[in-house]
Amino acid sequence: MIGIISYLVFFATVASILSIAVLGLNLQWGNTGLFNGGVVAFFGAGAYGTLILGGTPQAGQLGGFELPYLIALFGGMVIAGIVAWVVGLLTLRLRHDYLAIATFGVAVAFENVMRNSDWLGGAQGIRGFERPLREALGNGFSYNLAFFVFVLVLLIATYVFLERLIQSPFGRLLRAIREDETAAQSLGKSPSRIRLTSFVAGSVIMGLAGGLYATFYAFISPQDVLPILTFQIWAMLIVGGAGNNKGAVMGTFLIWAAWTASGWALSRFAPLEVQLYTGSIQFVLIGFVIVGMLLWRPQGLFPERLVVSQSAKTK
Amino acid sequence: MIQNLVDGVLVGSILSLGAIGLTMAMHMLRFANFSHAELLSIGAYAALVFDGLFKAIHPALAQAIPPLSLTWSLSIAILISMALTGLSAVLIDRLVFRRVRAKGGELSMVFASFGVAMIIRNILGLIFGLNPKLYSQDIVFAIVVSRDPFLLIKPDQVFTLVAALLIMFILHLILSRTTFGYSLRAVAENPTLAQVSGINLNRMIVLIWLIGGGLAAAAGVFYGLTNQINPVLGRDLVLLIFAATIVGGIGSIYGAVLGGFLVGLASNLALVILPSGYSPAVPFLIILAVLIIRPHGLFGEERA
Repeated sequence: MIGIISYLVFFATVASILSIAVLGLNLQWGNTGLFNGGVVAFFGAGAYGTLILGGTPQAGQLGGFELPYLIALFGGMVIAGIVAWVVGLLTLRLRHDYLAIATFGVAVAFENVMRNSDWLGGAQGIRGFERPLREALGNGFSYNLAFFVFVLVLLIATYVFLERLIQSPFGRLLRAIREDETAAQSLGKSPSRIRLTSFVAGSVIMGLAGGLYATFYAFISPQDVLPILTFQIWAMLIVGGAGNNKGAVMGTFLIWAAWTASGWALSRFAPLEVQLYTGSIQFVLIGFVIVGMLLWRPQGLFPERLVVSQSAKTK
Repeated sequence: MIQNLVDGVLVGSILSLGAIGLTMAMHMLRFANFSHAELLSIGAYAALVFDGLFKAIHPALAQAIPPLSLTWSLSIAILISMALTGLSAVLIDRLVFRRVRAKGGELSMVFASFGVAMIIRNILGLIFGLNPKLYSQDIVFAIVVSRDPFLLIKPDQVFTLVAALLIMFILHLILSRTTFGYSLRAVAENPTLAQVSGINLNRMIVLIWLIGGGLAAAAGVFYGLTNQINPVLGRDLVLLIFAATIVGGIGSIYGAVLGGFLVGLASNLALVILPSGYSPAVPFLIILAVLIIRPHGLFGEERA
């Protein structure tokens, strides 16, 4: 029984962390219409940033600054934000293809640089991170439960922040730009600046998710920032329903459950020679889920509810 | 250094072939097609299958054409593969892109292309296995062109370059001398006006996929001939091909040709300074450089 509960806590922790990343993507894509093809770069920047700033010194590696945990986590978010700012500044004035290609490129480059730079951990990744409050809570179930609560609090905080943001005048502006850029511009707004703000904010949120992910495993390696993660996070948003934060979280839990279940089923029931291809089979399945959703239910399981005007909502 | 230059031109010709189709589709349908590089994989594997088939039908076809490792059977297989890949591109458009397009989302198309790329790449892996394959098991030695500076060239590489240039020249003739070429350029310039003049837009889209797919297949076979064929070929080349289109300017066919050669050269020359492990990051650096210096590429025009 305790085994099942502790597994559920593990599952819910990872799913909640991913939900935060999906919420960040929802701000970019769902609310602003920005295609971020390199979610892992910002997720990874947060993860590497947190571990480098908060970890213990390792021979021949950058980092080990042993900063207090919350400062390290915040530092990771800032690093993710800086990467996003540079990419956004160069691409957001151009037609939308450029952002898609450049973000995809930054993710490939990020993974490649991390893998090849020994001073950034190289292929072995970054170790030597002390999880915060480990001495007080121990290593067992109680720690995992406490960490889950911490992640859940941050998920709720992110959710509430984004809900308030999209109901604010800024949120309306985002949707206005998404729907009709020229019209927004004619009202004296600067679409490229607003888009940059939204892009950086969404990436900072992804950085938070990355930082939490790295904390949870006390480890990060290039293997954790492969392009497939971008794809999974996208699938979660598309299935849940772009533009709807509740849908984003539901989609995350649904897709993550399906992903883990299919991986488990394949490793349990598939013949040995098929096991080598488990990854390929899962990738094909998730590819079909995406294309199927776009073809038959592009608005997702929980579509965005559009409020025409503020006064219409109060009635 | 000189070796890097020569290698760069050889790789560049392959990238140009891939970039021509990509830039046409991106210009016409206005989306970044992340599945375009998978057409190279389809082409490479289709040629592998038909090469094997022809060898089995008639052993004489298995003879290599000296001094190449290219066999008679593979040369026929390339043509069949080009046709088949072009048809697959049309089929993918019918099944996925056209339907997503009908629902209106330009950006949904980008994402759909991610999904399509994922499906194609992994299905190829499931069918043909994850291990690399070769068209020919014979070892063809590279020819030492000069010792100082040291320069090695394989006959297959020379063939690839000549064939790629020939294909591009034929395309140039089609674009500049035929009614189809005029229509294509008219549609690219102004789709509405072109339709008023009696050009069938849907037929043009089909033709663009056919040509783009065919050229991609040739690029895939040439890549397989000079390197090896594996299921992640598309993943490895996608960013280089995108870089080529951005360097040339999205929508410009001649820009894509030049962009392919420039990216091929730049990525090979970068290896003079950078350790080879960093080569996957190089296309991103090229893209960044273009965005900083000349965002719309060499021949691109500003267009929202």
